[in-house]
Amino acid sequence: MPTLTIDGRTVHADHGTFLLAACRKAGIEVPTLCEHPAVEPYGGCRLCVVDVTRPEWDGWSKMVVACLFPVEDGIVVDTRSERVMETRKVVLDLLLARCPETPLIRDLAAAHGIVATSFVRNPVPTDCILCGLCTRVCDTMGMSAISSVDRGAGREIAPPFRAPPPACVGCLACAEICPTGFIQFESGTRKRRIWEKDFDMLRCPRCGRSHITAAQADFFAGRGGVPRSYFEICDHCKRADLAATATRLAGEPATPARQG
Amino acid sequence: MRIESLKQFDTAVAAAREARSAKGREVWVCCGTGCLANGSKAVADAFGAQIESAGLATTLGLYHKSTGCHGFCERGPLVVIQPEGLLYTKVGVGDVPEILTKTVGKGEVIPRLLYKDPATKLAVAKYDDIPFYKHQIRVSMRNIGRVDPADLDDALAHGAYAGLARALSAMTPEQVIAEIEVSGLRGRGGAGFATARKWKACRKAHGDRKFVLCNGDEGDPGAFKDRSIMEGDPHSVIEGMTLGGYAIGAHEGYLYVRDEYPLAVVNLQKALADARDRGLLGANILGSGFDFDLRISRGGGAFVCGESSALMRSIEGRTGEPRAKYVHASDKGLFDLPTNLNNVETWADVGAIIANGGAWFAGWGTKKSKGTKAFSLVGKVKNTGLIELPMGTTLRHIIYDIGGGILKDRPFKAVQTGGPSGGCLPADKLDLPVDYEILADNGSMMGSGGMIVMDDRTCMVDVAKYFLKFLSEESCGKCVPCREGLKQMLHIFEDLCTGRGKPGDIERIERLGRGMQLGSLCELGKSAANPVMSTLRYFRAEYESHIDHKACPAGMCRDLTAYEIVSEPCTGCHQCVKVCPTEAIAGKARQKHVIDPARCISCGSCFDVCPEDCIRFIPKSLSVPEAASAPARVSFGNPSPAPARSGGTGGGACPR
Repeated sequence: MPTLTIDGRTVHADHGTFLLAACRKAGIEVPTLCEHPAVEPYGGCRLCVVDVTRPEWDGWSKMVVACLFPVEDGIVVDTRSERVMETRKVVLDLLLARCPETPLIRDLAAAHGIVATSFVRNPVPTDCILCGLCTRVCDTMGMSAISSVDRGAGREIAPPFRAPPPACVGCLACAEICPTGFIQFESGTRKRRIWEKDFDMLRCPRCGRSHITAAQADFFAGRGGVPRSYFEICDHCKRADLAATATRLAGEPATPARQG
Repeated sequence: MRIESLKQFDTAVAAAREARSAKGREVWVCCGTGCLANGSKAVADAFGAQIESAGLATTLGLYHKSTGCHGFCERGPLVVIQPEGLLYTKVGVGDVPEILTKTVGKGEVIPRLLYKDPATKLAVAKYDDIPFYKHQIRVSMRNIGRVDPADLDDALAHGAYAGLARALSAMTPEQVIAEIEVSGLRGRGGAGFATARKWKACRKAHGDRKFVLCNGDEGDPGAFKDRSIMEGDPHSVIEGMTLGGYAIGAHEGYLYVRDEYPLAVVNLQKALADARDRGLLGANILGSGFDFDLRISRGGGAFVCGESSALMRSIEGRTGEPRAKYVHASDKGLFDLPTNLNNVETWADVGAIIANGGAWFAGWGTKKSKGTKAFSLVGKVKNTGLIELPMGTTLRHIIYDIGGGILKDRPFKAVQTGGPSGGCLPADKLDLPVDYEILADNGSMMGSGGMIVMDDRTCMVDVAKYFLKFLSEESCGKCVPCREGLKQMLHIFEDLCTGRGKPGDIERIERLGRGMQLGSLCELGKSAANPVMSTLRYFRAEYESHIDHKACPAGMCRDLTAYEIVSEPCTGCHQCVKVCPTEAIAGKARQKHVIDPARCISCGSCFDVCPEDCIRFIPKSLSVPEAASAPARVSFGNPSPAPARSGGTGGGACPR
């Protein structure tokens, strides 16, 4: 188990993990915008920069992003060195220029002492911080329906050719993981709409709740060889079924699954 | 015929040499991209047709061949007559009969087609006597311009694959790495990492499937050495990569070539097929039992794909974006397998090093930078083109002896080295020997070997802006400091160049530049501020002038510059009137002319043509539209309160 020092505290990190997890284990907060446990680390927002050194390096240190730097035994980490804090401030200053009205960015910038950007304010404020969480979760889910398009200052998140994405199944993972609520959608009991694509909702045959799109059920059934009917039942009823089975096997009288 | 053993290789080389010497005389026509653009294909075809129709092959033993780039693109199409070594420049189809009858037939030199040394104004007949070539020592470019890239036998006759044959017959992989270590070879793509160390790490990496990659995604503005090597001597790259594969223990590799280099792709494909046919590539190379094959992967035109991790993602078929390299490519590279990536020039050096020995290569250069290095010498020099020189050559020697000095003998101002990640070095750095450390210590870098020479009519703020613009379009946009930082940096520079600079801008630039250096994900972003930081380091006064006086000391920022004609010694020669694109200059013949500031777009064309040097530029703030009759008499650099500008075109009609 690698042992490292973070801001003066000794931390025993788990093998094969990244520095960010070790910081959190030590109770040290490092700001991040593009990190999420559901997806692979990305290293795009650059907020989790930290200084890493070793006693034998004679005072030389390197700046790395904590989300991607594998833990090593004996390293000494400074999460709040002067240049780390200054780099975070420049990044937040730049993000605030891009997203001047986004509460998440405004709050984080304010916490770092930046109330107004020192750069040119985006004339068309956006809430998209280009953290890439939506595209990565879409990849992780197996659809890869949306991606980043264009590059540099023109980069944005969009479906192919900016048309309703053929691969999208309407699972809403992108909208739910989006930290700023940039990705818009409408969802009712019968219909759902996201990325300008319409989906029919399926109702749970047990409780009648609309919980999944037909495209989602088709996609999951087609992928895993599990019958479609399994996905039509909502998670709540599946849990109730499981509980009932467990109770029956334990010889207790089963309580009927709650409806609704 | 397939070469199955070392003995057969020696026989094949001997046969190729024999065939070559049997050709009594040869006409080499450069068919590199530059000369092709100047019509060299037609020249080569004309030689072919006329040699054949006159039966000169039998009567004179005359043959012709198309070669790769001689590096002297500005004078193309180039034709070399062998064995005399005569160089003819700017040869047209119409010159072909004359060359055949006079030069080949009677041994007469045609003075009109000779190169004229701009310094001495004298014609130079022999290729090797031309200062541009005389001072060069070519290793990576050893066969370019000498071999027909589409003829493997020609390459064999010129020593291709000799290093590979030596290694496969007499050296272990460890010995190959040791030889490279002795040579002191460092990565020619710019970073200068020790090649042998890289190879060792990859050889040690676990796994039986490893990759060897060639970075042919050369994209720096003004750099074209890799293109020239791939086009002109593709076998040198293939030989180097095969040796690399042997040393590392890899059996497959990719040549990543940018798609904007179509001729490189065609020539490499032909070379790969030829090498495979002859048993120099593929299974059981030269009967040694070693298998190695290569494929070409064509880049889609993103500059960032020259970054190693982005390049690998691109070959994998994913978006070409860099990723963090805390785990080295030698452990987890292409498809997460051990991978070794080197630049085209590095690979081209390898074959020659193994054939001639590491000590031979290490005989050139400085303490830490060994061997020779290719540079693309461009900009305001008299001789532009590709050169290769020992490391440690001074900038002055490169620019004045090989480059022939500054165009029109104007004063030298700066040289930009290393492309968009590099920096600008001023005149007092001209005597610096060029090597990796010295360039870096002075705020620039070796980079891909681009060298852009600038004269006094170059605005350093404008130069920095040019590179920022380039990079902001080429940044992948994955990380915040590079994507947003370049955009904001460009905003500041656009303000500086249009007179909207304000106090505090320099500090803002420095803060942002440092944030980008420290915070960016890959080297593109980390180094994106280098052109800014180096010009700020050496030309700070120019920045201050743009901000404090709204003036461009070089007279290049149009929004800040106005032109006026000084009465003495204007002779009224009318030349300025002829070139002015907006008819802003008026005046009768042999009388002083006048520029109408309201129509002038500050393009500087008049300034450039005036034979009497009587046009000067002044800060626009000192120029008044109606002042044609009462010109401001305030010289540049000494701005004093002047009537505010009231009108003018703003110079926006033809933005730079």
